[in-house]
Amino acid sequence: MSNTATWVGIATIVLTATAGDILQSRAMKEIGDLGAIYRSHGILHVVRRVLSSPSFMLGLLFMALAFFSLLVTLSWNDVSLVGPASASLTFIANAFAARIFLKERVDSRRWLAALFVAGGVALLAK
Amino acid sequence: MTVPKYLLLLAVAVFAACGDVCLGRGMRDFGAVTGANWRLLLTALWNPWVLIGIALLILFFGSYLTALSWADLTYVLPATALSYVLMALLAKVFLHEHVTLARWLGIGLITIGVGFVATGPALTVAVRRHPEKEPGPATASLGLNKGGRSDT
Repeated sequence: MSNTATWVGIATIVLTATAGDILQSRAMKEIGDLGAIYRSHGILHVVRRVLSSPSFMLGLLFMALAFFSLLVTLSWNDVSLVGPASASLTFIANAFAARIFLKERVDSRRWLAALFVAGGVALLAK
Repeated sequence: MTVPKYLLLLAVAVFAACGDVCLGRGMRDFGAVTGANWRLLLTALWNPWVLIGIALLILFFGSYLTALSWADLTYVLPATALSYVLMALLAKVFLHEHVTLARWLGIGLITIGVGFVATGPALTVAVRRHPEKEPGPATASLGLNKGGRSDT
Protein backbone atom coordinates (compact mmCIF):
# COMPACT_ATOMS: atom_id res chain seq x y z
CA MET A 1 0.00 0.00 0.00
CA SER A 2 1.37 3.44 -0.95
CA ASN A 3 2.68 6.06 1.44
CA THR A 4 -0.07 8.46 0.35
CA ALA A 5 -2.75 5.96 1.32
CA THR A 6 -1.09 5.49 4.72
CA TRP A 7 -1.10 9.25 5.36
CA VAL A 8 -4.73 9.61 4.21
CA GLY A 9 -5.50 6.82 6.70
CA ILE A 10 -3.57 8.64 9.42
CA ALA A 11 -5.40 11.93 8.63
CA THR A 12 -8.75 10.12 8.92
CA ILE A 13 -7.72 8.68 12.29
CA VAL A 14 -6.61 12.14 13.48
CA LEU A 15 -9.86 13.92 12.50
CA THR A 16 -12.21 11.29 13.92
CA ALA A 17 -10.12 10.78 17.08
CA THR A 18 -9.98 14.54 17.74
CA ALA A 19 -13.75 14.87 17.41
CA GLY A 20 -14.14 11.91 19.77
CA ASP A 21 -11.64 13.29 22.32
CA ILE A 22 -13.22 16.75 22.39
CA LEU A 23 -16.76 15.35 22.82
CA GLN A 24 -15.66 12.94 25.55
CA SER A 25 -13.63 15.53 27.40
CA ARG A 26 -16.72 17.78 27.36
CA ALA A 27 -18.87 14.90 28.63
CA MET A 28 -16.46 14.10 31.49
CA LYS A 29 -16.23 17.76 32.54
CA GLU A 30 -20.05 17.92 32.62
CA ILE A 31 -20.30 14.74 34.71
CA GLY A 32 -17.50 15.63 37.17
CA ASP A 33 -14.82 13.60 39.01
CA LEU A 34 -15.62 9.93 38.26
CA GLY A 35 -13.59 8.83 41.32
CA ALA A 36 -15.75 10.95 43.64
CA ILE A 37 -19.00 9.73 42.05
CA TYR A 38 -17.75 6.12 42.31
CA ARG A 39 -16.95 6.52 46.01
CA SER A 40 -20.31 8.08 46.85
CA HIS A 41 -22.66 6.19 44.46
CA GLY A 42 -20.86 3.05 43.24
CA ILE A 43 -19.67 1.85 39.85
CA LEU A 44 -23.14 1.26 38.35
CA HIS A 45 -24.06 4.89 38.91
CA VAL A 46 -20.82 5.97 37.22
CA VAL A 47 -21.60 3.78 34.18
CA ARG A 48 -25.19 5.10 34.03
CA ARG A 49 -24.06 8.71 34.26
CA VAL A 50 -21.47 8.26 31.50
CA LEU A 51 -23.75 6.29 29.15
CA SER A 52 -26.62 8.78 29.51
CA SER A 53 -24.47 11.69 28.29
CA PRO A 54 -25.26 12.64 24.65
CA SER A 55 -21.76 14.16 24.21
CA PHE A 56 -20.24 10.89 25.35
CA MET A 57 -22.33 8.75 22.97
CA LEU A 58 -21.51 10.99 19.97
CA GLY A 59 -17.86 10.92 21.05
CA LEU A 60 -18.06 7.12 21.19
CA LEU A 61 -19.30 7.05 17.58
CA PHE A 62 -16.27 9.07 16.46
CA MET A 63 -13.96 6.86 18.55
CA ALA A 64 -15.39 3.81 16.77
CA LEU A 65 -14.72 5.45 13.38
CA ALA A 66 -11.18 6.26 14.54
CA PHE A 67 -10.73 2.66 15.70
CA PHE A 68 -11.71 1.13 12.35
CA SER A 69 -9.56 3.68 10.48
CA LEU A 70 -6.69 2.58 12.73
CA LEU A 71 -7.31 -1.12 11.97
CA VAL A 72 -7.33 -0.47 8.21
CA THR A 73 -4.25 1.75 8.31
CA LEU A 74 -2.35 -0.75 10.51
CA SER A 75 -2.90 -3.32 7.77
CA TRP A 76 -1.06 -0.97 5.36
CA ASN A 77 1.97 -0.01 7.41
CA ASP A 78 4.06 -0.57 10.59
CA VAL A 79 2.52 0.02 14.01
CA SER A 80 5.64 2.00 15.03
CA LEU A 81 4.81 4.54 12.28
CA VAL A 82 0.99 4.55 12.27
CA GLY A 83 0.62 4.44 16.08
CA PRO A 84 2.88 7.34 17.10
CA ALA A 85 2.13 9.43 13.97
CA SER A 86 -1.65 9.31 14.36
CA ALA A 87 -1.51 9.73 18.15
CA SER A 88 0.86 12.70 18.14
CA LEU A 89 -0.90 14.48 15.26
CA THR A 90 -4.13 13.96 17.19
CA PHE A 91 -2.38 15.69 20.10
CA ILE A 92 -1.69 18.81 17.97
CA ALA A 93 -5.21 18.83 16.51
CA ASN A 94 -6.54 18.49 20.07
CA ALA A 95 -4.48 21.49 21.27
CA PHE A 96 -6.27 23.66 18.70
CA ALA A 97 -9.67 22.05 19.20
CA ALA A 98 -9.49 22.13 23.01
CA ARG A 99 -8.71 25.86 22.90
CA ILE A 100 -11.60 26.57 20.51
CA PHE A 101 -14.28 24.15 21.72
CA LEU A 102 -13.38 23.46 25.37
CA LYS A 103 -11.92 26.93 26.16
CA GLU A 104 -8.87 25.29 27.73
CA ARG A 105 -6.01 27.72 28.39
CA VAL A 106 -3.39 26.45 25.93
CA ASP A 107 -0.37 28.50 27.12
CA SER A 108 3.09 28.94 25.51
CA ARG A 109 4.32 25.81 27.31
CA ARG A 110 1.63 23.74 25.61
CA TRP A 111 2.26 25.33 22.18
CA LEU A 112 6.02 24.70 22.55
CA ALA A 113 5.18 21.08 23.27
CA ALA A 114 3.10 21.01 20.07
CA LEU A 115 6.16 22.19 18.07
CA PHE A 116 8.37 19.48 19.55
CA VAL A 117 5.74 16.87 18.83
CA ALA A 118 5.39 18.11 15.23
CA GLY A 119 9.17 17.80 14.79
CA GLY A 120 9.04 14.31 16.23
CA VAL A 121 6.27 13.33 13.83
CA ALA A 122 8.33 14.59 10.84
CA LEU A 123 11.17 12.30 11.94
CA LEU A 124 8.78 9.36 12.42
CA ALA A 125 7.70 9.67 8.76
CA LYS A 126 11.25 9.07 7.48
CA MET B 1 -1.68 15.81 41.80
CA THR B 2 -1.56 12.75 44.05
CA VAL B 3 0.28 9.41 43.62
CA PRO B 4 -2.91 7.49 42.59
CA LYS B 5 -3.53 10.15 39.91
CA TYR B 6 0.00 9.75 38.50
CA LEU B 7 -0.45 5.94 38.59
CA LEU B 8 -3.70 6.35 36.66
CA LEU B 9 -1.90 8.42 33.99
CA LEU B 10 0.77 5.67 33.81
CA ALA B 11 -1.98 3.04 33.39
CA VAL B 12 -3.43 5.07 30.49
CA ALA B 13 -0.01 4.96 28.75
CA VAL B 14 0.66 1.24 29.38
CA PHE B 15 -2.81 0.07 28.28
CA ALA B 16 -2.69 2.26 25.14
CA ALA B 17 0.73 0.99 24.04
CA CYS B 18 0.04 -2.70 24.74
CA GLY B 19 -3.39 -2.46 23.09
CA ASP B 20 -2.03 -0.90 19.89
CA VAL B 21 0.83 -3.39 19.67
CA CYS B 22 -1.62 -6.32 20.03
CA LEU B 23 -3.81 -4.84 17.26
CA GLY B 24 -0.71 -4.45 15.07
CA ARG B 25 0.26 -8.08 15.71
CA GLY B 26 -3.27 -9.28 14.94
CA MET B 27 -3.66 -7.30 11.70
CA ARG B 28 -0.36 -8.75 10.49
CA ASP B 29 -2.16 -12.11 10.10
CA PHE B 30 -4.47 -10.64 7.45
CA GLY B 31 -2.45 -8.56 5.02
CA ALA B 32 -3.65 -5.28 3.52
CA VAL B 33 -7.33 -4.41 3.94
CA THR B 34 -8.79 -2.65 0.88
CA GLY B 35 -12.24 -1.56 -0.33
CA ALA B 36 -12.60 -4.89 -2.17
CA ASN B 37 -11.98 -7.09 0.88
CA TRP B 38 -13.25 -4.84 3.69
CA ARG B 39 -15.12 -7.84 5.18
CA LEU B 40 -11.69 -8.99 6.34
CA LEU B 41 -12.15 -6.43 9.14
CA LEU B 42 -15.09 -8.42 10.55
CA THR B 43 -13.01 -11.60 10.46
CA ALA B 44 -10.14 -9.72 12.10
CA LEU B 45 -12.38 -8.98 15.11
CA TRP B 46 -12.14 -12.71 16.03
CA ASN B 47 -8.37 -12.87 15.88
CA PRO B 48 -7.04 -13.57 19.43
CA TRP B 49 -4.47 -10.76 19.22
CA VAL B 50 -7.10 -8.28 18.04
CA LEU B 51 -9.41 -9.45 20.88
CA ILE B 52 -6.65 -8.98 23.49
CA GLY B 53 -5.91 -5.59 21.91
CA ILE B 54 -9.57 -4.59 22.20
CA ALA B 55 -9.68 -5.75 25.87
CA LEU B 56 -6.57 -3.66 26.65
CA LEU B 57 -8.00 -0.66 24.81
CA ILE B 58 -11.21 -0.94 26.88
CA LEU B 59 -9.05 -0.76 30.04
CA PHE B 60 -7.24 2.19 28.45
CA PHE B 61 -10.59 3.85 27.76
CA GLY B 62 -11.82 3.50 31.36
CA SER B 63 -8.63 4.95 32.86
CA TYR B 64 -8.52 7.67 30.18
CA LEU B 65 -12.12 8.79 30.87
CA THR B 66 -11.42 8.86 34.61
CA ALA B 67 -8.35 11.07 34.03
CA LEU B 68 -10.43 13.37 31.77
CA SER B 69 -12.92 13.81 34.60
CA TRP B 70 -10.32 15.70 36.69
CA ALA B 71 -7.84 17.10 34.14
CA ASP B 72 -7.70 19.08 30.85
CA LEU B 73 -7.66 17.17 27.57
CA THR B 74 -4.47 19.07 26.64
CA TYR B 75 -2.93 17.78 29.90
CA VAL B 76 -4.03 14.14 29.82
CA LEU B 77 -2.93 13.47 26.22
CA PRO B 78 0.69 14.65 26.53
CA ALA B 79 1.09 13.49 30.14
CA THR B 80 0.48 9.93 28.93
CA ALA B 81 2.97 10.21 26.06
CA LEU B 82 5.15 7.51 27.59
CA SER B 83 2.97 5.26 25.44
CA TYR B 84 4.88 6.37 22.29
CA VAL B 85 8.15 5.13 23.77
CA LEU B 86 6.56 1.93 25.09
CA MET B 87 4.94 1.30 21.71
CA ALA B 88 8.27 1.58 19.86
CA LEU B 89 9.96 -0.74 22.39
CA LEU B 90 7.17 -3.32 22.21
CA ALA B 91 7.03 -3.15 18.40
CA LYS B 92 10.79 -3.76 18.28
CA VAL B 93 10.83 -6.61 20.83
CA PHE B 94 7.61 -8.47 20.01
CA LEU B 95 6.84 -7.58 16.37
CA HIS B 96 10.53 -7.33 15.33
CA GLU B 97 9.76 -4.13 13.45
CA HIS B 98 12.82 -2.14 12.48
CA VAL B 99 12.80 1.10 14.48
CA THR B 100 15.27 3.39 12.67
CA LEU B 101 17.48 6.01 14.31
CA ALA B 102 15.25 8.75 12.84
CA ARG B 103 12.17 7.18 14.46
CA TRP B 104 13.97 6.96 17.82
CA LEU B 105 14.90 10.65 17.50
CA GLY B 106 11.28 11.46 16.64
CA ILE B 107 10.05 9.55 19.66
CA GLY B 108 12.63 11.40 21.81
CA LEU B 109 11.43 14.81 20.53
CA ILE B 110 7.80 13.90 21.19
CA THR B 111 8.67 12.85 24.73
CA ILE B 112 10.59 16.10 25.41
CA GLY B 113 7.66 18.09 24.01
CA VAL B 114 5.15 16.39 26.22
CA GLY B 115 7.46 16.79 29.22
CA PHE B 116 6.83 20.56 28.97
CA VAL B 117 3.12 20.01 29.30
CA ALA B 118 3.20 17.45 32.10
CA THR B 119 4.95 19.94 34.41
CA GLY B 120 2.21 22.55 33.88
CA PRO B 121 -1.22 22.82 35.50
CA ALA B 122 -3.56 19.84 35.02
CA LEU B 123 -6.78 21.85 34.86
CA THR B 124 -7.42 25.28 33.33
CA VAL B 125 -11.12 25.12 32.49
CA ALA B 126 -13.68 26.62 34.82
CA VAL B 127 -16.30 23.90 34.42
CA ARG B 128 -16.31 22.84 38.08
CA ARG B 129 -16.88 26.34 39.37
CA HIS B 130 -20.57 25.49 39.07
CA PRO B 131 -20.88 22.32 41.17
CA GLU B 132 -24.38 23.36 42.24
CA LYS B 133 -25.57 21.99 38.89
CA GLU B 134 -24.78 18.51 40.21
CA PRO B 135 -27.58 17.24 42.47
CA GLY B 136 -27.12 14.80 45.35
CA PRO B 137 -24.11 13.73 47.45
CA ALA B 138 -21.82 13.80 44.37
CA THR B 139 -22.07 17.58 44.60
CA ALA B 140 -20.62 17.61 48.09
CA SER B 141 -17.63 15.46 47.21
CA LEU B 142 -17.01 17.38 43.99
CA GLY B 143 -17.00 20.60 45.94
CA LEU B 144 -14.61 19.19 48.55
CA ASN B 145 -12.20 17.88 45.95
CA LYS B 146 -12.13 21.12 44.02
CA GLY B 147 -9.18 22.57 45.87
CA GLY B 148 -7.09 19.46 45.30
CA ARG B 149 -7.39 19.56 41.54
CA SER B 150 -5.35 22.61 40.79
CA ASP B 151 -2.29 21.67 42.89
CA THR B 152 0.02 20.31 40.23
